[in-house]
Amino acid sequence: MVGKIETKRLNAYFGDVHAIKDVDLSIPSNKITAIIGPSGCGKSTLIRCMNRMHEVVRGTRVTGKVIIDGRDIYAPGTDSVLVRRKVGMVFQKPNPFPTMNIYDNVVAGLRLNGERDWKILDATAERSLKLAALWDEVKDHLDASGVSISGGQQQRLCIARALAVEPEVLLLDEPCSALDPIATAKIEDLLFDLKRSYTLVIVTHNMQQAARIADYTAFMYLGELVEFGETTKIFENPEKELTEKYITGRFG
Amino acid sequence: MSPRKAYQTELEELDRLVDLMAGKAQNAIALAVKSFEKLDPELADEVIKIDSEMYQLNIKIEKKCLEVIALQSPVAKDLRTVGTYLKVITDFDRIGRYARDIAEVTHRSGDKAHFKPLVSIPHIADMASRMVEMSVKAFIDRDVGLTKDVFELEDKVDSLYDEIFREVITYMMEDSKKIGIGINYMLVARYLERIADHACNISERTIYMVTGERFVKE
Repeated sequence: MVGKIETKRLNAYFGDVHAIKDVDLSIPSNKITAIIGPSGCGKSTLIRCMNRMHEVVRGTRVTGKVIIDGRDIYAPGTDSVLVRRKVGMVFQKPNPFPTMNIYDNVVAGLRLNGERDWKILDATAERSLKLAALWDEVKDHLDASGVSISGGQQQRLCIARALAVEPEVLLLDEPCSALDPIATAKIEDLLFDLKRSYTLVIVTHNMQQAARIADYTAFMYLGELVEFGETTKIFENPEKELTEKYITGRFG
Repeated sequence: MSPRKAYQTELEELDRLVDLMAGKAQNAIALAVKSFEKLDPELADEVIKIDSEMYQLNIKIEKKCLEVIALQSPVAKDLRTVGTYLKVITDFDRIGRYARDIAEVTHRSGDKAHFKPLVSIPHIADMASRMVEMSVKAFIDRDVGLTKDVFELEDKVDSLYDEIFREVITYMMEDSKKIGIGINYMLVARYLERIADHACNISERTIYMVTGERFVKE
């Protein structure tokens, strides 16, 4: 089976630091794939390589391939902005644009791409907020500041903003680590619904979260991919002893 | 030192309780068979006492397993272990219950002598006891290799049970006074055959606990 995203001998560096080592991974379409592993193992770097966000940091370097729908996003002549439109990202800390209201936050990407038609902007705002399960909570005060709503709502606003530009893949870098259990449950429900239309890759420190929502789980350690497989297999009967030690908390 | 000390302590306590229950199951069946062979009511009383203790252990272990699941969220081998514990305690409990049933037959038999020197019943009892002993050892030592012998013995137990059934019917047909004790033999043989089945269950669950692979005896 060819994945939506395929990494081939992917290596990533921060200067001399070799952060990702020869990772071959095939991320299936319309599924949730969780990436787990201890701090500093390269989880976030790995997903940042999937939409060419890694290279925005000075001194970084990537070798190998990241193939999305059959095309290597690192091939010469590829427009990294177009890659990022196709592969959206949501970060650990909710980061709505603080000077914009809710509506403007959602349509910011479209406006940046030159869209000026109010009808299209209105429809996109509503559709994206509905997709992000936030519409009912904010529809009566779309002009309120993007940072005036709760943390969980802000994170869903960021998801709505990412969805507004109609990506095919959504990368989520610990999207719930700053949220309480109720807000976390809402995001998890949302991700579960979104996988019908999108391919989702989530980095999480919360193993129960990976077990709850992911169809596939990848375990990384010291920049290497130790094990990748169906989540049920990883959490019921992992192949590698290192995986077993990590998920049962007997690490170190 | 391994992290998650509290979790580790909980699991070790659970291991200890389950091993204790396994040992009691083994002891119960050995004593029950002896009580029936010798028609010894005191031994039978001892079996009934062990069965009650096992019942209490069953409740205690189940409660502890649920606590570990709720509070420690075990995964991988730990999860398989706790899941297996929840299942095997029912097998142990049933073995204890059948041992008690045999002990009750001993009580009911009173001083009615066996109608012939017992051969087949001690034989099936010996096999069922060995199966329990081996499956308990496989379970406690996490030794999948031992389970093979358990499965082999089970086929023999089944054949012997059929044999006993036919033999006892013949005796009862010959002499209606033997119907009472004949039924007791049938009951005891049936209980032992069921005990052997539970020993097989324990072995199957041990394989899953250790390897993560499902094994079901044909």
